[in-house]
Amino acid sequence: MMLQLFLLLAAALFAVGLYGLLSQQSIVMILMGLELAINGIIVAAAAFWFFTTDARPDGQVLVLLAISVMAVEMAMGFAITTAIFRARDVDMADSASDLAG
Amino acid sequence: MQTVIFLICAVGAVAAGIAVFRVDSMARATLALLASFVVAAIPILLLGLSYLGVLVILMMVMEMMIMAVFMVMYMMNPAGLMPMKMVHNNRMSLVIAAVVFVLLAAGALLTPWPSGGRATSDPTLALGMDLMGPHMLVMIVIGLALFATMIAVVVLSTHRGRYDRFGDDLRRRTPDDPVRGGLGK
Repeated sequence: MMLQLFLLLAAALFAVGLYGLLSQQSIVMILMGLELAINGIIVAAAAFWFFTTDARPDGQVLVLLAISVMAVEMAMGFAITTAIFRARDVDMADSASDLAG
Repeated sequence: MQTVIFLICAVGAVAAGIAVFRVDSMARATLALLASFVVAAIPILLLGLSYLGVLVILMMVMEMMIMAVFMVMYMMNPAGLMPMKMVHNNRMSLVIAAVVFVLLAAGALLTPWPSGGRATSDPTLALGMDLMGPHMLVMIVIGLALFATMIAVVVLSTHRGRYDRFGDDLRRRTPDDPVRGGLGK
């Protein structure tokens, strides 16, 4: 096993997530794309820790940080979806474009 | 052997990830995302990160179960009986994702990565000692962020809070409720 293989997996996961993030209309599906992208970061950080560490657990701390970012993002995303759905019956990103420049 | 397991898991994780945006129902998309997470956690387990790998799997199983409930709430196509296509700017998104993948892959393959020392014998112990020592600030910030998230989530998802019922200064004698009855009536 090589670091490059892990980084390729992470890049693929990130790219798939980025596609979902950019293309999906439903807010919930956008959140799923975001989760996939963060999962790529988790894989990359774990691989960095294993292959380039100098016996220091810094990479693991990064993984832990990414996991909590994932949890926070999901909770906030669903709360915002609930709030906007309640206020305006909107569950599509296209209908919530008030801040579009 | 490990390389074979890794390759199977890697292909499976990316395939499940792609399936998330191709299946016809959002419930299936949730399950595909769960499969992608679980399969992508196996390479992390292969690296010896048993704690973080199991943490990812357990957390994602719970999160996807909660997500399935939200999917049912906001789903426009419950059983996946009709083809579901809810995308905007599809071609450009594909191009951007492909370009980003090529750039990241080129960076991963062309960079001369340092080959550091091997990992410690007990990575979980090392992580715990690190979080309670040099990296305690990270743990404190994570804790504060999670706490702030809890408050923000409750505030955002509350339908009618006390400020709606008792006014902005909370001085209203009887609550302003749409339906009579309950406390204070």
